[in-house]
Order: sequence, then C-alpha cells, then structure tokens
Amino acid sequence: MVGREKFDAELRKVQDLLLELSNTAIDTLDKSMDYLLGNDIEGALTVINNDIHINHMEEEINDRVILLIAKQQPVATDLRRLMVLVKIASDMERIGDYAVNIAKETIRIGKDEHIEPIHLLDEMRVKTISMLKQILDAFIHENMEDAKKIAKQDDEVDELYGHAIRTLLNVGVKKPEQLSQVTQLSFVCRYLERSADHATNLAERLLYLLKGKHYELNN
Amino acid sequence: MVQSLENGSNTLNGASNIVYNTKQLNLWYGNHHALKDINLQIKENEVTAIIGPSGCGKSTYIKTLNCMVELVPTVKTSGQILYRERNIFDNDYGVEELRTKVGMVFQKPNPFPKSIYDNIAYGPRIHGIKNKKILDQIVEKSLRGAAIWDEVKDRLQTNAYSLSGGQQQRICIARCLAIEPDVILMDEPTSALDPISTLKVEELIQELKADYSIIIVTHNMQQAARISDKTAFFLNGEVVEFDNTDVIFSTPEDKRTEDYISGRFG
Repeated sequence: MVGREKFDAELRKVQDLLLELSNTAIDTLDKSMDYLLGNDIEGALTVINNDIHINHMEEEINDRVILLIAKQQPVATDLRRLMVLVKIASDMERIGDYAVNIAKETIRIGKDEHIEPIHLLDEMRVKTISMLKQILDAFIHENMEDAKKIAKQDDEVDELYGHAIRTLLNVGVKKPEQLSQVTQLSFVCRYLERSADHATNLAERLLYLLKGKHYELNN
Repeated sequence: MVQSLENGSNTLNGASNIVYNTKQLNLWYGNHHALKDINLQIKENEVTAIIGPSGCGKSTYIKTLNCMVELVPTVKTSGQILYRERNIFDNDYGVEELRTKVGMVFQKPNPFPKSIYDNIAYGPRIHGIKNKKILDQIVEKSLRGAAIWDEVKDRLQTNAYSLSGGQQQRICIARCLAIEPDVILMDEPTSALDPISTLKVEELIQELKADYSIIIVTHNMQQAARISDKTAFFLNGEVVEFDNTDVIFSTPEDKRTEDYISGRFG
C-alpha cells in the first residue's frame, strides 16, 4: 500500500484551517447576539473589525485547495472532499458576514431599550448556534445519520423565525414609533434564519462527500 | 445519455454494437495465472481504457485481443473472445484475417526504416494494392486521419526515422489506419511522448472514435479520464471494476478502484 503522504498532510492542514474558520465564525455569530442583547456597541465594533480575519482564512483555504488540485490532481472522494471544503469555507465566511450585519444593527439600535419579542431572537440564536456546532461535529466525524437528523432542526428555526416576524409586525402596527427597531430586529431574525440554512448546507455537503450525490435536506 | 451497465457482470445492455465480447477468459503463462475469468464487452465507436498497476494483466489482455499472446508455446487459455460474434480462438480463424481488422499501436513508436510514404503504403501493398493512384489516395487519407498530413505532405519520401517521437507515433497510427481496421488497440501509446505530442495523440484518439473502436492501455490515469468513455480497472489478473469513465473517476464502487485512481496503491 502506497500512501499519498504529501497530499494527505496538506489536506489535513486545510481541514484544520477550516475547523478554525468554522469555530471562529460560529463563535462570532454567538457573540454578536450577546452584544445585541446587551446593547454593547464596543463589542459590536470588535465583530466588525475582526471579520477581516475570517475573510482571510477563507481565502487561504481557497488558495491551498487550488494548489492541491493543480499539483496533486485528486479524483473521486479526494476531489469531492476538496470541493466540499471550499464550499463550507464559503458557508462559514457568510455566517461571519451575518454576525457583522447583526453587529451593525446593534450599533443602530444603540442604547435603546429592546422591544419584545427580543426573547424569541435569543431562542433562535440558541437553536442556530447549537445546530451549527452539532453539524460541524457530525461533519468532522463524517456521521451521515447525525447530519440528516440535525438538518431537520432547521424547521424549528424556521418556525421561530415566522413567529418572531409576525410578533414584530404586530408591534409595528400597534406602536409605529418603534418601527425602526422592528425593522432592525426583523433583519437580525433573517440573518439567524439564514445561518441555520447554512447549517443544513453543511449536512448536504457531507452527504455529497460520502455518497457522490446531491441531496436537498431543507425542502 | 450514457449506457447503463448491468451490476457485476461487466457487460453492456444490448449486444448489437459489441465489437469484442470476452467470456470467462483465463490465461496462464506456464504456471502463472495471468488473466482470471475476464468478462468484458467492448462497444464500437467508443474509447475503452484499461488501467491497473504493473503486472495486473492489462497488456496481456489487449495483446490477446490481437492473438499476440496465445500463440506463445507456454501460454494456455480457456474461455472465449468473440470478435464480431466469432471466437478468435477457433482453429479455423486466421490470425492474418483478424489483424486486417484489428490494428495495433505500441508504446514506443516503431515505424519501418523506410520513407513516410512506404510506411503507410506497406499494409495496403501486402494486401495486393499496386495501383500508384490508389496508394497515393490511401497514404493521404491515412496521414490526414492521423492528423499529420500537413506536417509531412512535402517530404513523403523522407525516412520516417527523421521525424520526432510524436510524429513517428502518428505515422504508426496512420500506418494502422491504412488497412482500414475496425478496431485500434493502443498499448501505452503516449508514454514515450512529450506533453504536446501526447495532447495531439489524445485529440486524435477523440477524432478517431467516430470511425473506429479504440481500446487503450494506459498508465496515465488522467489520460484515461480525459479520453475514454469506459474504463476497466485490472488488478492481479482480474477485472475489479468496469464502468463509464465518469463513474470510475468520481464514484467508483470498489474501494480498490478508488485507492488506485487516488494514487494510494499500485
């Protein structure tokens, strides 16, 4: 048995980088919600300023994968694995962008007291972060069954999203002076809901990696 | 639409366009069991690549298709190879007759030490064509078919040895086309060529499949992926997997195939 030591070693480096990027992106999203709930403008600014590191990590992953393809000409599972790493890096970079968007809303809201249903947004955050962490773990262990189950939790996030938006609209109707915060929190809801969709993407990418077929899990 | 393959049998649905049908082929060199229960169906107007590590039996197999191995005294065979539904192992099947239908191109370009013209006209002359005008036509058509006419048309009387390796290999392909074969067997035809010549021969193979059926043994897996429609993976004298090339190089069924194409053994 001959191995492809150089390929495997470089692949491990890319996987480690992706893990670092994923943990950073998920952690940043989580923190951006802490800062929102705590009206913490300084904290929100750190999220915005640190986004460049997330972007650089994604670029480094892309560059390394392109070099690996050019120099090692992988096929079958090896090639799919590289493509999947690039796509997940893109998912994670996007989650970093949502964290930045939430931070910007935090700055817009400033020190204003939050309107209800702010607790629903916190529930959405808890669910979304938990989904992302679980799916990342399933991906690391290449556990297809876990990934499928976790992807189903997206429905719960969608339900919370619908509930939160309806509640915010009611507030807007009843208290037009709060329309500005209603809009800002609606956007935050949207960013959280999209982040959970990216968790589903991760599950689909794992299935593609292992089976070589495309799956739609959030229909 | 790609042709579907029946599970496990290495055979294609529908027999009408089958050039070679290999059934339970076994081959021994003395005590060495070189080919084991080979069942393969080769379709016409397709490029079929045979891949596998050294000593896996791929060259033996392709040579067997042209009766180049089983005539060796120590070689013993069982099973059948049907070429256009006739068993080439039958006693009344003449080797010469088969070889007018099945041309072969080897690893190292092997033109005759003759002029370019005579290299191409050699086969047709042996088959009794003496008319200069007809020979001229065959030479031009064959050289054009091998994508080398423009490079040599003004020096047809030059010795073929004076050409580059890549040109010599295309002369050998042209020599093969001159007898208007049905099938072209290629045994690592680009392994001695530089990348540009390799590319030219690969493009040529793509063009030739419109008129010929091509079976190519190659050590270069990217080449098999680039140019073939079907790929057979040989290992230790057996066919581990035979499928559409797209499947072999993306989602092979057998782990041994995946390990080999991924460069993890061999």
